[in-house]
Amino acid sequence: MSTAIGRPVDRVDGLAKITGAGRYSAEIALPGLVHAVLVTSRIPSGRIGHLDTYDAERAEGVLAVLHHLNLPKGGSVPALLPSLFGAAASGQTFFPMQDEVIHYAGQPLAVVVADTLDRAEHAARLVHITYEHTPAITTIEQGRDRAYEAEKIFAGFIPGRITRGDAAAGLAEAAETVDLSYHLAANHHNPIECSATTAVWEGDRLTLYDSTQGPNATLHTVAELLNIMPSHIRVVTGYVGGSFGCKAMIWAHPALSALAARAVHRPVRLALSREQMFSGCGHREEQEMRIVLGADRDGRLTAIRHHKLSPTSHFDDWAEPSLSVASSMYACDNYEGVYRLIKANTMTPTFTRCPGEAAGMFVMETALDELAERLDLDPLEIRLRNYAETEPGTGNPWSSKGLRECYQRGAELARWSERDPRPGRERDGNWLLGWGMASSAYPVTPPGGPQRARARIFADGSAVVQSSFADFGTGSATVMTQVAADGLGLPLERVRVQYGDTDLPNTAAAVGSAGAGMVSAAVHVATTALRDQLIAQAVADERSPLHGADPGQITVTEGRMHLRERPDTGESYAELLQRANMTDAEALGTWNPPSMMGTGYGTMTFGAQFAQVAVDPELGLCRVRRLIGVFDPGRVLNRKTAHSQLMGGMLWGMSQALLEGTVMDPAGRWSNASLGEYLVPVNADAPDVLIETVETTDTVVNPLGVKGIGEVSMVGTAAAIANAIWHATGRRHHRLPITIESVL
Amino acid sequence: MVASHLPDAVQGPGPVDVVLNVNGATHVVRIEPRVSLLDCLRDHMNLTGAKKGCNQGACGACTVWVDKRRVVACLTLAIACEGREITTIEGLAENGILHPMQKAFLSEDAFQCGYCTPGQIMSAVALLAEGHAGSDAEIAEWMSGNICRCAAYPNIRTAIRDVRDGVGGVGSAAR
Ligand code: FES
Ligand code: FES
Repeated sequence: MSTAIGRPVDRVDGLAKITGAGRYSAEIALPGLVHAVLVTSRIPSGRIGHLDTYDAERAEGVLAVLHHLNLPKGGSVPALLPSLFGAAASGQTFFPMQDEVIHYAGQPLAVVVADTLDRAEHAARLVHITYEHTPAITTIEQGRDRAYEAEKIFAGFIPGRITRGDAAAGLAEAAETVDLSYHLAANHHNPIECSATTAVWEGDRLTLYDSTQGPNATLHTVAELLNIMPSHIRVVTGYVGGSFGCKAMIWAHPALSALAARAVHRPVRLALSREQMFSGCGHREEQEMRIVLGADRDGRLTAIRHHKLSPTSHFDDWAEPSLSVASSMYACDNYEGVYRLIKANTMTPTFTRCPGEAAGMFVMETALDELAERLDLDPLEIRLRNYAETEPGTGNPWSSKGLRECYQRGAELARWSERDPRPGRERDGNWLLGWGMASSAYPVTPPGGPQRARARIFADGSAVVQSSFADFGTGSATVMTQVAADGLGLPLERVRVQYGDTDLPNTAAAVGSAGAGMVSAAVHVATTALRDQLIAQAVADERSPLHGADPGQITVTEGRMHLRERPDTGESYAELLQRANMTDAEALGTWNPPSMMGTGYGTMTFGAQFAQVAVDPELGLCRVRRLIGVFDPGRVLNRKTAHSQLMGGMLWGMSQALLEGTVMDPAGRWSNASLGEYLVPVNADAPDVLIETVETTDTVVNPLGVKGIGEVSMVGTAAAIANAIWHATGRRHHRLPITIESVL
Repeated sequence: MVASHLPDAVQGPGPVDVVLNVNGATHVVRIEPRVSLLDCLRDHMNLTGAKKGCNQGACGACTVWVDKRRVVACLTLAIACEGREITTIEGLAENGILHPMQKAFLSEDAFQCGYCTPGQIMSAVALLAEGHAGSDAEIAEWMSGNICRCAAYPNIRTAIRDVRDGVGGVGSAAR
């Protein structure tokens, strides 16, 4: 029985956000708080010749200047492990300020601590560093001849080469092929809140206020880096100003803030500047892809060959898994995917919203459109002809799949059947108009270990539900309140959730669109366990009207336990607890997720996207007029917040298509490391977005059948837009972003 | 040259007393003249509603009003605001009653992470006063100094329309 789940409830943290009362991690006011500022490398490769701190140390208000010669060495750098595992999750296996070697521009070389921010920033400029340069490689172009096939990527979880069937044979028998090469620029997350940590020591106990997707990931990473017991660290994550993946893994700054606080015996705040956000918490790597598709005369795929080349750091073999989802989107027996890497002078790339799916599916979905054109097939029809009824590769059934319904509904909303298939036919003044479409898909991945929540009800019938997860704008605190209310049978306003604190029951980082699924499972288990415990108590209590009843026949409405068939027989939680002289009752709930190694099912969220663009070929302008997305996310916990997240993802896809790209300058530094020069959409760029979901029931992924919505909606948007640009102009684009220059 | 004629007017570079009127109350803060209005509010007055997204005038997260006009507080010196009336998000609600724009942002879900939100709301209220909310296109144009990386833009426009049309706070259900 569900009354709160699904409702478009306002965000429970909304009041704090609209009044400015919510405190983000760089806004914690503490007595004696001082400020740390990073000094970073201006060169991408070499050594520190001389690091002169004389002027900085003597500047007004300066308390300490830390660098490789005086930074206390602690523990070891944890292995690279996605934070979904719930353990230590260092973003790269390199920790700065341990020696004089420079691996990338922006690498922290010193930390200046002073009593005010202005003084710390000023003193940071007084740290004089001379460099010994060594040759650097920072782009694909510079490192092409050193590329190697990766043995494993993605922290060792994905092999560098994946094959099924025989791609060469499949291509040989194809009636039609396309062979296309793509270049996708690097991207940076750029949440509006820059990463920040405030560190406070009390004796040997450390509290970190950290802006992160995973407070426990921060805890375990810092524990290993500093070699202190996890039990001595508490991480508090109140409000987080967006992440999009740059706060999914744990970078150097939380540990550096703790080391700085220990050095000056004061609470220390370390906030990255906007420029430092471009080399302080990872990026989506520059990538080249080549795709070869073969099909028979009816458009059925006979082979897919999909290769990727991208730069990684000197320490880690990391590439976002751009080939994965594209490899299991369509029925095709012959497949070959290869990841090639170049060791480069950058930091280790990291998760960026739709890590791999957005890039790889852009390539797949635009290539498929070209194939359809050659075969004179409708773009939607070629997708239906290759519809995967089971998971390609494994042959496993899908846990749920509503893609056919998504295509159908999206096509209705876009009036797809009325579209003239020939390009360049429709005009609006100077604007050429076009429609394009693409498929969306994103895997449902379970977290690496048990997920926990605690439910506590008081004798007045109000409840608190606790779990350590962070809400970084996803709406998880709101949907957990709804899940808890239904689990306990209480009205929403009687339930408060407490979250964002590692002192609360353990959860993994909310990453990979898995947050709502795993935390809702834990909260559901905890709250239904508490409900069942109280029902059992009532049944056993001679003074209860429910004494001796069959617990299976009892349900709870508005905090009152009663017989399903005879609602007037029952009593409230409050009456039961008060009679027993209990101030409260509580239960811990643990959800053991299915194995990460596989459930025997293909588990994915699917969708279909349609875009209308207007292109002014003389000015090179491309405006997105309409975006339509239909998705099958399983159970929707809150229609309002889900809509917002899906909309945000689609606008991210639009931005991927038309705006976003970070460019290396010849000196090996990101040349556009600011919000003025790294383009993200502003209000005038964002069209209205039409979003619908189709009903799918999924009993495999987690108890409530939540497949996740944070990322799937970004997959396919860019391809739908690029396909629409072709439809408007007759020109294909194989580079992202599609800029004015490339449209001209 | 001016300084030699007006020796008393030379202030800094050390800390000086600056008198600021913020949200209707007078505050004396001791700050260096180089301190921005944004850092002054956040670090010296414990008013953290105005956010720091770039410190370069590019994102609008720090939007506050000086004499009722919207400004980016990161590019405004606090000391230059003496004698002016500063309003921040903390001063928008009156006697604990939310401004209709705040209510509309909540009911239209015009934010996700909330970090751009105080700046968006301060901009949105000023936009109505400026008379720049005639059409959706006009709203979009005049709200384009406030970046929302969560991309709540369509909902922000809806919230502004709600207030403009007096629907204030009446939320649309999920669409
Ligand atoms: S912080 Fe002032 S405009 Fe970004
Ligand atoms: S709500 Fe997150 S940046 Fe606008």
